[in-house]
Amino acid sequence: MAAYIVRRLWQMIPTLLGVVLLVFLLFKFFGGDPAEILGGLNATPEQVQQIRDQLGLNSPWYVQLGIYLKGVVTLDWGRSWATNEAVGHIFATRLPATLTVMLPILVLDTLVALPIAMAVAYRRGSLGDRAIMVISTVALSISFLVYIIVGQYVFGFQLGWFPVQGWSDSTLTNLVRYVPLPVMLALMVGVAPQTRLYRTFFLDELGHDYVRTARAKGMTERTVLFRHVLRNAMIPILTNIGLALPGVFVGSFLIEVFFSIPGLGREVILAVNRSDYPVIQALTVYLAMLTMLINLSVDVLYKLVDPRVVLK
Amino acid sequence: MSEPATSAVLPPMTGAAREARSEGVWLAAWRRLRRDRVGMVSLAIVLLFVLLIGLAATGLVARDWQTEVAVPSAPPTLLGPAPAVVRAEIAAPAGPPVDISAVDPLAPYYKQWAERAAQYKTVAVQRAETLTFGADRLGRDVLAKALKGTQTSVFVGLLAALVATVIGTLLGALGGFFGGKVGDFLEWLYSVFTSIPDILLILSFAVIFGRGIGSVAIILALVGWTGIYRQVRAEFIKHSTRDYVRAAEAIGASTTSRMFRHILPNVSHVILVRTSLLVVGFIKFEVILSYLGLGVGVDDVSWGTMLAEAQSELILGYWWQLAAATLFMAVFVTAFSLMTDALRDALDPKLRGLE
Repeated sequence: MAAYIVRRLWQMIPTLLGVVLLVFLLFKFFGGDPAEILGGLNATPEQVQQIRDQLGLNSPWYVQLGIYLKGVVTLDWGRSWATNEAVGHIFATRLPATLTVMLPILVLDTLVALPIAMAVAYRRGSLGDRAIMVISTVALSISFLVYIIVGQYVFGFQLGWFPVQGWSDSTLTNLVRYVPLPVMLALMVGVAPQTRLYRTFFLDELGHDYVRTARAKGMTERTVLFRHVLRNAMIPILTNIGLALPGVFVGSFLIEVFFSIPGLGREVILAVNRSDYPVIQALTVYLAMLTMLINLSVDVLYKLVDPRVVLK
Repeated sequence: MSEPATSAVLPPMTGAAREARSEGVWLAAWRRLRRDRVGMVSLAIVLLFVLLIGLAATGLVARDWQTEVAVPSAPPTLLGPAPAVVRAEIAAPAGPPVDISAVDPLAPYYKQWAERAAQYKTVAVQRAETLTFGADRLGRDVLAKALKGTQTSVFVGLLAALVATVIGTLLGALGGFFGGKVGDFLEWLYSVFTSIPDILLILSFAVIFGRGIGSVAIILALVGWTGIYRQVRAEFIKHSTRDYVRAAEAIGASTTSRMFRHILPNVSHVILVRTSLLVVGFIKFEVILSYLGLGVGVDDVSWGTMLAEAQSELILGYWWQLAAATLFMAVFVTAFSLMTDALRDALDPKLRGLE
């Protein structure tokens, strides 16, 4: 096990290097000129040149790449060019906001979808089963944008149940006042397809021989479903949650932009618009690392949940 | 798939016997698809949309979507014209008009100007009070915009899916068939692309390629090829050691021929299903990109740009543009998804449950 983990960690290095290179090349050679963006519309060429000198944009590209790589290795990202805020501080302050919205979405999505999926899988082919399929197809066909626009208008503006957007310093106020609307809208889009996916997992398990054996032994349906089927279906469900986890840490930029939540997703868009290299580079590497580490933990978790799985 | 072999033992096949040869995978799939009622209905709807798009592209429909044919924000016909806004008007002066020509410095020019103005022909545009689907802020027909927007959005989705399929299939075929160094390199490329969050990749490519229908398609394709690559690679690994490929190699078929004339047709149904899954995803992404102002050009209309306009209209109570864009999108995407589901069931029952 330990050898496996070490090897997987070792394999991350070339991938991470590729990520670093790709992002560096994209923004260095194709992106906007940060000096001109920072200088503003009225900057003279000399001023722009000065900013370029200050930021080190005039040094050769390999020197700049070297600085970037040093940042990756030492985890010291420097400061944002646009706001002079330390990149570490940006993470520390934006991540909690992102998690405050995304974690309730993930948890509620799973908690609502699981029982429905189990119920409709158990009554396969019934009206409820078919209704779920239809609802999930239709719900998914409309852009999330429409949900947000209509949701803000109806629940925030017309009915006044929630504030249209906003954020505060207290996590409790955020959870009670500002988070419910985005979470509710995300659930409206997310629960149906999630149910549909979990339904296939349950159907898969229900078709196995052990279910018939358990029933033949005279076990109650409840025991069959909760002690046997649910446990086995948890493997693909856990994978699915694992796959969704990196997204939780990036945040949904749509939600964050529309509800003015100061999270990481919004920071990505802001940074790209300002060609704020330190922030873009740090965010990319952070997210790439996170994705790879989560994938590794999911694989290790497999082994723990299901001893039949051989890691290689 | 297999051509009935003419053998020395069996009598050569006559016309009737040839008819009875086993049906190909596509014919069998079509037979299965035809039995699927939901699939056929959605196929018909998709074809109807394709027809509409063709009409819009050739200019037969919605050619003049940019003309302002109605009063600003004219409501749909069903609702009737908007109530006239009562404005406090300046009371008309009573009594005889006062002759001020003695002190008016412009007085000598009035006649000359009137003559000159008469030389120009002006057409008084009668702006409609209501339209079938209403009008937008500028008085443009929402129905025409929705039709034209459908053309843009669906075209972008299809083009992007096509480009992504070509990239993914080519790389997947190379990686799966050759393996070794090439395979390792492509796997590395794949893991690099999948480790960077989509939104960051899309935004950075958007900065490079700028706005426009073609750019959006390329951006989406460059970000979205990984899924197809993965599946095609797996299929090629599986097929490259099969007997029929070995046999092709034995009779001297070149590498390219084995890859693209022998294996590719055998995995093409998998690719088709993947491509149609991509179309739906790309259409949704185009809407979001256009909304953010990174999508189609300023002169184009798409579902995304319509939604962007609709947001500010909604606050004023003009909901029809939002409704039109949503309706067209919902109908098309639902029909397309159901068609994809039916296609998947018909082409490869083993793929069932793949999301």
